[in-house]
Order: sequence, then structure tokens, then C-alpha cells
Amino acid sequence: MHLITGPITALGRFFLWWLEFLGGLGYLLRDTAVAIKASLFSTRGRRLGWQNLWAQMVRVGVRSIPIISLVVFCIGAILAFQMAPILKDYGALAQVADIIGIAMFRELGPLVAAIVLTGFAGASITAEIGSMVVSEEIEALEAGAIPPIRFLVVPRVLATTVMMVSLAVIADIVGTAGGMFVSRFFLGIGFLQYAERTFSIIKLQDFLTGLLKAGVFGSLISGLACYLGLNVTGGAEGVGNATTKTVVYTIVALITVDLMFTAVFYYLGL
Amino acid sequence: MPDTAIQVIDVTKRFGTQTVLDAVRLDVVGGETLVVMGGSGSGKSTLLRLMIGNIRPDSGEIVALGQNISTKTVAELAAYRKSIGVLFQSGALFNSMTVADNVALPLREHSDLPEETIEIIVKIKLELVGLRQHADKMPAQLSGGMKKRAGLARALALDPKILFYDEPSAGLDPVTSAEIDELIIDLNEKLGVTSVVVTHEMDSAFRIADRMVLLDRGKFIVSGTPDEMRNSSDALVRQFVNGLTEGPLTQRRKEGHYEDDLLGELGGKL
Repeated sequence: MHLITGPITALGRFFLWWLEFLGGLGYLLRDTAVAIKASLFSTRGRRLGWQNLWAQMVRVGVRSIPIISLVVFCIGAILAFQMAPILKDYGALAQVADIIGIAMFRELGPLVAAIVLTGFAGASITAEIGSMVVSEEIEALEAGAIPPIRFLVVPRVLATTVMMVSLAVIADIVGTAGGMFVSRFFLGIGFLQYAERTFSIIKLQDFLTGLLKAGVFGSLISGLACYLGLNVTGGAEGVGNATTKTVVYTIVALITVDLMFTAVFYYLGL
Repeated sequence: MPDTAIQVIDVTKRFGTQTVLDAVRLDVVGGETLVVMGGSGSGKSTLLRLMIGNIRPDSGEIVALGQNISTKTVAELAAYRKSIGVLFQSGALFNSMTVADNVALPLREHSDLPEETIEIIVKIKLELVGLRQHADKMPAQLSGGMKKRAGLARALALDPKILFYDEPSAGLDPVTSAEIDELIIDLNEKLGVTSVVVTHEMDSAFRIADRMVLLDRGKFIVSGTPDEMRNSSDALVRQFVNGLTEGPLTQRRKEGHYEDDLLGELGGKL
């Protein structure tokens, strides 16, 4: 009896937990969207909102530029090294620029930047908000009639979304530069030839679909980070667990959402 | 200020299967300092959170400053919350802001005052709690007692009608604790606010209280002036007030079915 009901109960519990989690995250993002207007455009919100938003943009985005640049440069370079022997066999070595260009602008630039940003900003947002929960700061905000969503979540979600799009542009360029560097110094393809091929192969829609994904990735990273931070229970250990969950759940969510986007773009012919 | 600042009417609050408050009734008279006493887990912090609107009762009503706060939405609660101040156990200062910014936050959020006026008000509030010289310090640079005083200055920012204190003496040395008590008495006299203090520190409770109530297992068992409490014939009050090791509280623990707990089902077989 137990052998049959046990797994069903476990599956049911998991399903309920999953629904609760998605529902909670959905409510948070909905409340955030509602609060964004008040936060940025009302007379009082604007004064605090812009200042707070700028601080978060620097923290989330500007400081992560060097590490994201390093990672995507290396990935561009690795791709060039990996593909060179195969392309050489087909006599199409110059097409290394095409492949890296498409891969970077449509896929790897936004995705790799998002994954690095998850570790860089997502984890720190969860740890920060989780610590605020533990030290009663969130309760103090609520008791002072200051909605934590408007005060904490809105600037973080906006900053991460805006900066994620900007970081994707940087990642696209630096990743392409990584491929260009290897092509020039190890594969004998000139800078100009590489750049010409890249510009001829990349269409505006490749660039824009990448940026659209980046924007969604940014909202996802910050939304999950804030949600898990606000739901911290159990003191310092709870903050640690929530931080780990943020990194794991966000990476899974990023890849899943990326797959969905790619499938939709494929069927739409974009 | 109405004669009765807060009315707690038959309030019950459960967490899961545990009933934390059981049909509690309490009237807080305008202008008085009411001390709510009780041991750990007696429900006093839950009562405080209900009175500030951070949680809702499962049944019963809380009427504060003439409004039934137990049925209001978060947005509707905002007006009530602007007319109260809360000092949390840890001070709950926002760690990313200076002391002055902490005190200024409610003013910036809820008023259209120019920044120069806000600065003056902040200085006045900090002077009230003796922290004017420390306005530019970060919370991490303050001692435990200073954090509580800064938290109190923030609670006073909007000139509240009711002040709530959650364990104001917890974790402080006797001298600092006495200083905080003096401050509470002083503010009550100077500002004429109604104060509700939740504590289990007897010295502090007797120093500041106009009236005291004792909460045990989710019910009020006695209410009276400090003198009446000192001379109470109730065994539980006597044990609590005098910190005795023998009495109903310790007897209750001893009567726990330790043997059953220890042996479980095995006990029946032996």
C-alpha cells in the first residue's frame, strides 16, 4: 500500500510546492510591475527611485562588466579553437567568424552574461534581502508603511533588467572579439576579413532577439533572487540556503526559458 | 486621542495547529504605558505584530485609533501605520543607510517636506534620543543600545500617536537598559504618546509601566498597576515577577510526559 501511495504523495507534494513557488513568483512580478509606475513616475517615488535605481545599476551591472567580458572573450576564443580543425577539413575556415557571430549574438552572449550575473548579482540580492528579513528590516519597512516591493524589489528588478540588456551587448562584442583574436593570431584570418564576415552574417533580428532574451533573463534573475530573499526563514542558515537556491533555480530557469524562446523563434522564422 | 487607543477584541491567532493567542481581550488607554509581559512562546510578540498590522487575526478584531485594522488591506493600513512607531528588538535599522538617513526615510517616503526641513527634523529626533553627534555613522558602527535609540528616533520621525516597543531592554547591559527605560518614560511624558511595551525584563517593566498585563499560553491571566502586580497573590504572577524557580510555570514543564516522550511506543511494550 505504502509502496504505491508513497511515490504518488511525494509527486503530489512536489507538484503543490512547484505551483506555490510559481504562483508566489508570479505575484511578486505582478506587484513589481504595478509598483514600477508609482516608483518611477510619482513625485515622491521619483526622488528615491532614481537614486536607488542608479546605485543598483552600478552594483549589479557596472561591476560585473570585467568578469563577464573575461568569460565571453574566453568562450569566443575556445569556440574558434574547437571549430577550426573541422572547418579546415571542409575548406571553410573563414566561416569560423559566421558561426561565432551567430552563436554569440543570438545565444551565448545573453546566456553566458546571464549565468555570470546570476552568480554575481542574483546571489548577492538574495543574501542582502534575506539578511534584511532576519534582522527585522523588512518588518520595519512594512510597519512604516513603506512597501518592500516598491522600496527593494522594483529598483533591483529594473536595474538588473536594464543592465542585463546592456551587458548582453557588451558580451556580444567581446565574445566576437575573442573569436577574432584567435582567428587572427592562430588561424591566419585577418581582423578585417573576420569583421566583414561577422557584419555580413549578423542580421538586426539576431541582435534584437538576443537583447529581448537578455531583458527577460534580467527580470528572471532579479525576480527569483528577490522572491527567495524575501521568503528566507531560519536565520543565517536560511540565508545561505536561499542564496544557493537562487543560483541553482535561476540557472535552470534561464536555460529552460532560453529553450522556449529558441523554439518560438525557430517556428516564427526569426 | 480617543479614550481607548487600542481595543483587542476576542483575538485568536493560530500558526498551523498551534493556538498562539486564544480569544484575547485587551484595552490600551490613550496616553498610558502598557507593559505586556510573558515568557518565551507566550504569544506577546504575536500580539504586538497583530497590533501593528503585520499579521492578521484568525478571528476577532483589533480596533486601533478608531479603525478596525484587522480587516484592512495593506494599502488601507498605510494611514494607520503612519500614525504609529515601532521599535523592533534589534533596532531593525537599515544597514545600508546612515543613522540620519534611517530617521529621514519615513519623512522622505511619506511627506513632501523639502530636504532642508527633513534635515532639521532628523536632528531634533536624534537629539531626543541623544544621538545627534552620531548622525553620520552607519548602523554597524553603533553599540546595541545606540542602535535601539536610533531605531526609536526613526519610530518617532512621523510624530506617532502610539509607540510599540518589542523587548526594548533585550541584550543590553543593566545601565544601558535603564537608560532606554528612562528614555521611554521621558518620551511618554514629553510627547504624550500611548506606549505598548512587550518585555520579559521585570526591572524594566516595573520602571516604565503605568499598567501591566501578563500573558500565558495565549491568554491574559492578570492585569494591574505595578504595585498590584508586585503584591499579587496569584502563584503564576508571583513566580514570574520574582523569577522563582518553583511555581506553576516550572511545575508545568515537570509534568510533561517525559517517560512517554523518551520511550515512545516501546514504553507500552515494556
